[in-house]
Amino acid sequence: MSSESNDQVLDYPLRAPSALEPPAEWDQLRKGCPVAHVRLPSGDKAVLLTRYNDVRAVLSDPRFSRNLAQEGAARITTNEGGSVFENPDAASLSGGESHQRWRRLINRAFTVKRIQALQTKIEAMANQLVDEMVKKGPPADLVSDFAFPLPVWVIADLLGIAVDDRDKLAYWSNAMLTMTQFTQEEVNKAQMEFAHFLMGHIAAKRAQPGDDLLSELITATDKDDVLTERELMMTAQGILVAGHETTSNMIGKMMSMLLSDRSRWERLLANPSLIRTAVEESLRFDANMGFGLPRFISEDTEVAGQSLPRGTTVICSMSSANRDESFFEGASEMKLDRSPNAHITFGAGAHSCLGQALARTELQTTLQVLVKRLPTLDLAVKPEELPRREGLLVGGIEKVLVRW
Amino acid sequence: MGMRVLVEYEKCCGAGQCVMVAPKVFDQRDDGIVVLLDETPPPEQYKAVQEAITVCPGAALRLEESA
Repeated sequence: MSSESNDQVLDYPLRAPSALEPPAEWDQLRKGCPVAHVRLPSGDKAVLLTRYNDVRAVLSDPRFSRNLAQEGAARITTNEGGSVFENPDAASLSGGESHQRWRRLINRAFTVKRIQALQTKIEAMANQLVDEMVKKGPPADLVSDFAFPLPVWVIADLLGIAVDDRDKLAYWSNAMLTMTQFTQEEVNKAQMEFAHFLMGHIAAKRAQPGDDLLSELITATDKDDVLTERELMMTAQGILVAGHETTSNMIGKMMSMLLSDRSRWERLLANPSLIRTAVEESLRFDANMGFGLPRFISEDTEVAGQSLPRGTTVICSMSSANRDESFFEGASEMKLDRSPNAHITFGAGAHSCLGQALARTELQTTLQVLVKRLPTLDLAVKPEELPRREGLLVGGIEKVLVRW
Repeated sequence: MGMRVLVEYEKCCGAGQCVMVAPKVFDQRDDGIVVLLDETPPPEQYKAVQEAITVCPGAALRLEESA
């Protein structure tokens, strides 16, 4: 690589022309500068990877930690308390054997069998949200009326949280994932309130276990498998942070992608058996995924023929990797029947998304219900005018106005 | 000559993609780790198995010719 491109430092996150389009830089970076120097919102320097093979290799490499709460790692946000990646408490569950033990415990709630058993409930929730939309009449905001509530209802159900507490959950989750949208004071307050709520909730489940993940974890009989109070808290918080906003945003983006070129939606109406591959292709094609995943390079390594010294913070752009022409044929086209589709939207390796079967089921159920209930659905705004969510680690669309 | 499915269990992260794509060949234990239901699946399953191999986030699966 020329020293010229090496010297250039890009401000990260990169800015895309619109909510559904990729930043212009991706293509150039993948072709000419696969290891790019970037400046994070905190002012700290990092390195950005944009090619499929590089992103996949670094994400799957067990040597490199995703926890940035260590000496020498770049800070991401301008907030003093840092982002979800700088939480020192999370470190105890995120590495090596303790990670594997924790993951296998939590996996119990996310196996395909368990998720499929949950599907009927998710479908009922989706239908209930559509009932409300239909009652109010068009236009509706698909984000606030459908995409935002659905995943938080599902998580509340998983954690055995009462229907009345769902709205509070949604607010805390929003505040805890912030990059710049909330003040540090608001973030701290949300974290404290949520922690307080969870302590009470866990105590209640201890006293009277129910048919939910937390109760199952609390009453796990195998001595070695018992999680501490602190780990239970981290787990519940992790599930909310990882599973709410991400899925909400993805529902909004998936529907926007499918409706922005209505022939896509019509193809699904004509052939609903495409729903499974259409969900995967929406996950791959999503150009507005947000920040990407960081990794701290703990020993000297090489990526794309370039050496990365120990102490480097790397940002892996899965959404750029998913558009890599050298891996996906016709990467810049959305093909609803693409199969196989090895996108890495959920990451790769030992830390790949724990809740991916649940996310897939929520997305598939969304399409099944909307195709059936609202076949005449259409965007009520021009695709290029869809307003982006600002200041979040997870990219999304603020509002998706639709009519039917 | 048939094909045989090989699993590197320590690479399995329990995402369940293989179960969703090829439920006749793969299942999961309670903790999410893959269970191989059919080590030498019939040829009509090869396509699904190949897809499971491609989409496995842990790159834990392989298909090779069995002797």
